[in-house]
Amino acid sequence: MNPNDPDISAIEARLAAGRELDVEPSWRRLTEAIAERAAAEDLLDVAVERHDSPLGPLMLAATREGVVRLGFPEEEDGFLDELARLISGRVLRAPRPSLTDARHQLDEYFERGRTRFDVPLDWRLTRGFRREVLNVTSAIPYGKTLSYAEVAASAGSPRAWRAAGTALATNPLPILVPCHRVLRGTGKIGPYRGGTEVKRRLLSLEAGSGAEPQGA
Amino acid sequence: MTSHNRPADRLIDMPSGVRASRARIPPFATVLEEHGRVLLRFCISQAGPDRGDDVFQETMISALRAYDTLKDPGAVRAWLFSIAARKAIDSHRAAARAPVPVEDVEIGTGGDPALEVGGEIWKDVARLPEKQRQAVGLRFIADLSHQEIAAVMGTSEAAARRNVFEGVRRLREDLTDAVR
Repeated sequence: MNPNDPDISAIEARLAAGRELDVEPSWRRLTEAIAERAAAEDLLDVAVERHDSPLGPLMLAATREGVVRLGFPEEEDGFLDELARLISGRVLRAPRPSLTDARHQLDEYFERGRTRFDVPLDWRLTRGFRREVLNVTSAIPYGKTLSYAEVAASAGSPRAWRAAGTALATNPLPILVPCHRVLRGTGKIGPYRGGTEVKRRLLSLEAGSGAEPQGA
Repeated sequence: MTSHNRPADRLIDMPSGVRASRARIPPFATVLEEHGRVLLRFCISQAGPDRGDDVFQETMISALRAYDTLKDPGAVRAWLFSIAARKAIDSHRAAARAPVPVEDVEIGTGGDPALEVGGEIWKDVARLPEKQRQAVGLRFIADLSHQEIAAVMGTSEAAARRNVFEGVRRLREDLTDAVR
């Protein structure tokens, strides 16, 4: 054998150097192209986007029917897993018109330029009495509040205020379905999926004088 | 904290039994994030930088389409590589039929600076016979064991080992010839 012959281990090392191939320059372009094609071929069951807000990054998910879930910053870990478990494994980080609208409207809301959300919602993550409670809740006007008992009564079960509390605490679409507008009868603020402090901030945002009521 | 002030996470609406259930299929976004880059490198190793991008996209779209047929989340990596290996072969055959000279689309000739990291040797890999090319890519780019390579390529473990070995030996011969 010629002494200049490369030996096997040297070749293997050169081959293994291929693992260092930097694909980051094209990664974003490729994943966006995949998401776009997935949507075009109707393979995108759940589209997810992360949206920066004054509360921190919010997670937003939408099915073909509409926005299905809004998650607070502390829910980011496990957000995709929850969607895969409850809806479909075909979850991709991708835009979708309903998400774009929701993000735009959330920005306006946080700037006190919007008092009501107008985006299609997919209610599949809630059902039964909880769904009724959230229906009632979605009709509470900006800046107004109801008590758990009042919401339970409107949902048809005046004594089920505790169940109403659970429905609100498990609201898959907080902010968009304004469960922060439901308070304890005692006037205490009550628990909130995003934390009591977030609930307080949303209420004070809505109580502020900057908001111009809009729409009919 | 009072008893009324339960943390919200204890109240999350989750049908009982769902959480405790067996391993679930992960969200595809996570699969793409965890395995996508090494799959892309493998596709480039098999089809060159330009066609490699296409092979990668075809692989992910095929995987997404068939995703609900995947039963074992632990098998997702081997499953993805077997799709990529098939797509790379399709692409190779399509290129062989195409009027474009093979030299023009071979790895490393596109002037992509990223490929320099992979090194010249991958040009030689692109010229290996199909099975050896695949086995070498799976072994050295994807870092799969011989057992996993066998699963991906649908061969015995011994055949997988032989394909890797023969491929590497052939590369050495090519290099030896080049030196002489």
